Amino acid sequence: MFQNLSDRLQDVFSRLTGRGKLSEADVDAAMREVRMALLEADVNFKVVKEFVAKVRERAVGADVMQSLTPGQMVVKIVLEELTALMGGNEARLALSGRVPNVIMLVGLQGAGKTTAVAKLANLLRKQGKRPLMVACDVYRPAAIDQLEALGRELDIPVYRGEGTDAVAIAKAGVRDAIDRLRDLVIIDTAGRLHIDEEMMSEAAAIKMAVKPEQVLMVVDAMTGQDAVNAASAFAERVNFDGVIISKLDGDARGGAALSIRAVTGKPVLFASVGEKTDNLEVFRPDGMARRILGMGDVVSLIEKAQEAFDEDTAVDTEERLRAGTFTLDDFLGQLRQLKKMGSIKDIMAMIPGANKLPKDAEIDEGALVRTEAIIQSMSAKERAKPSLINGSRRERIAKGAGVTVYDVNQMLKQFAAAQKMVKQMGAQQGKGKRRRRGLGMPGMPF
Amino acid sequence: MSTWLDKLTQGLSRTREQLSGQLNVLLGRGPDVDEQFWTELEDALIGADMGVTAVTEMVERLRDSAKRQALPDARAVLEHLASEIADELRMDDTADFIDASPSTVLVVGINGTGKTTTVGKLAKAAADEGRSVLIGSADTFRAAAVEQLHIWADRAGVPIVESDRGTDPASVAFDAVREAKNSGADLLLIDTAGRLHTSKDLMAELSKVKRIVERESSAPVKTLLVMDATTGQNGLTQAREFNAAVGVDGIALTKLDGTAKGGIAVAVVRELGVPILRIGVGEGADDLRPFDPEEFASALVGLS
Repeated sequence: MFQNLSDRLQDVFSRLTGRGKLSEADVDAAMREVRMALLEADVNFKVVKEFVAKVRERAVGADVMQSLTPGQMVVKIVLEELTALMGGNEARLALSGRVPNVIMLVGLQGAGKTTAVAKLANLLRKQGKRPLMVACDVYRPAAIDQLEALGRELDIPVYRGEGTDAVAIAKAGVRDAIDRLRDLVIIDTAGRLHIDEEMMSEAAAIKMAVKPEQVLMVVDAMTGQDAVNAASAFAERVNFDGVIISKLDGDARGGAALSIRAVTGKPVLFASVGEKTDNLEVFRPDGMARRILGMGDVVSLIEKAQEAFDEDTAVDTEERLRAGTFTLDDFLGQLRQLKKMGSIKDIMAMIPGANKLPKDAEIDEGALVRTEAIIQSMSAKERAKPSLINGSRRERIAKGAGVTVYDVNQMLKQFAAAQKMVKQMGAQQGKGKRRRRGLGMPGMPF
Repeated sequence: MSTWLDKLTQGLSRTREQLSGQLNVLLGRGPDVDEQFWTELEDALIGADMGVTAVTEMVERLRDSAKRQALPDARAVLEHLASEIADELRMDDTADFIDASPSTVLVVGINGTGKTTTVGKLAKAAADEGRSVLIGSADTFRAAAVEQLHIWADRAGVPIVESDRGTDPASVAFDAVREAKNSGADLLLIDTAGRLHTSKDLMAELSKVKRIVERESSAPVKTLLVMDATTGQNGLTQAREFNAAVGVDGIALTKLDGTAKGGIAVAVVRELGVPILRIGVGEGADDLRPFDPEEFASALVGLS
């Protein structure tokens, strides 16, 4: 996410930091490159202009120029301004005590609304809500089928009405939620072009009819300079409250995420960072700015860990850790929690300093899957007592997991190292405080 | 004839209004070509998604020409720019492989750009011209993709080779090429599933489809990349990756009927050296139009 921009900016600043003196010309040169980097990342050109002017003005100030570490001061200014650009203090999805809460999603064709409805329902369910999804995209039968398929996958009910009156379906959907004792309604609407008057009127009519507390616009992170035009048109006609940035994974530039707040004043609330239904993140301007500048984002990392973390498994593991036993089953449990956190590359971006690792170090996303397969190919006895695993067992396990004996050996070596670490930790904890649960993941294979 | 011309004018005029909104300001501020003019011109072109590197070079060259050719005022500079852009986008007449017979066209692109719709519209246009057309539906992944294409095939009155969801797309492509050979079709259009260019496995799958089609087809095989006009600079990476995987021979630029200007297409043409063959200016069957570089360039700089 933001990989391109991140690489470019870090490159610019690596040449600034570590220097004892900065001239105005140095700052200007850096600002020219910052401008190019932001424009290449599809940040709106007007926003770029203001941003660069603001940073430059602060950077050539006396306190920076006379500082002993002027380069670092400039980076700090960029961090602050980048955070401010994306909305400063984190905006949160504001839901009242009204039952049911109603959220409505709008956006252009192909932006990823239907998927976003399911992801949001899934996320809010984790926070204790009981969602119902309402399919109001009456022009695209496949969209309704898609939402139903997602609903089945997540075990979240979907209301699909009769006919083609989207307003009536939305109203009936809210009534249905009351009947089914659901306390949250998320409405999917039809996507068209923002200049399509009919579609904008329909969205406005649905809004009038069901009075959602929150209208969220879904914006594709791959959109170019036009993103702000679409957002402005929606802001004017439907007046949305916040934004969900979709498809911010892969190599999407994500300029929209940096522009929309500045142009419409509406905060980005969530970012969708993968294809799976749990790949929706709360958007934190500060954390995002830190990730872009390669400083990591510890708050999001902890949140991800907590989300993936399963209380029962953890308590169980902890007890065994205290007793100094750590089996392959525990190892497998931890691996699975880690996998739930998303792709290793994304997690790495949240770890401060991880960007300093060599760029060409290929991250092997398959390693977790292979390790899981190897452990699953072992019998219960073997998992409890790895010392049983002799040559012929190794061969059998390798065959079962579809890997080589070498892979099995490597995995067992890693496990032995992890076990050793756990024993040491167990010994220390015997004397000290309780371990912070769910965060320590020793000896992970990457 | 007049309907499609109207549609084009409508579609392009939205593009034009948007960009010319900016560039007309340039004209409106008087004929002077000063520093501010160049800055504003650069902004306007960047705002059209033409890409900052391409724009910087373009404007630099333009400044040079303006001085050497003593271009008298802002309008002359913009006219010069339009003709430069048009020159870059122009291709020789033989490059339109969609109009060639016989021809096999593989249609590729990322998710949601409008590949299936483009295949349907191309099939209809060719069939209306009296050519024998065959559609191969190798998007065996997306729910309802085959059904969607089937509706287009019925509308165009052309046969379609299809298979169940989940079938190997290469095998459907194989069948389609065989069928095209047997029936002596003038044009075979093969729709493929949308895929992100960052997905190695899916790109490898696409390479395989292309290899099979090239091996089996007696007609020349070309690849058409479908791009969404609202795409930003990521479009360049898309084009690069698809070109690396299957070789791109031409571009269809869709969704030009919004406010997006499709300037990224200029950057892609610059980089890959392949022509834009069609533009999509609306949802109707006749809204996929041949590409006219002069018209597009003039519209971009707000002169027509």
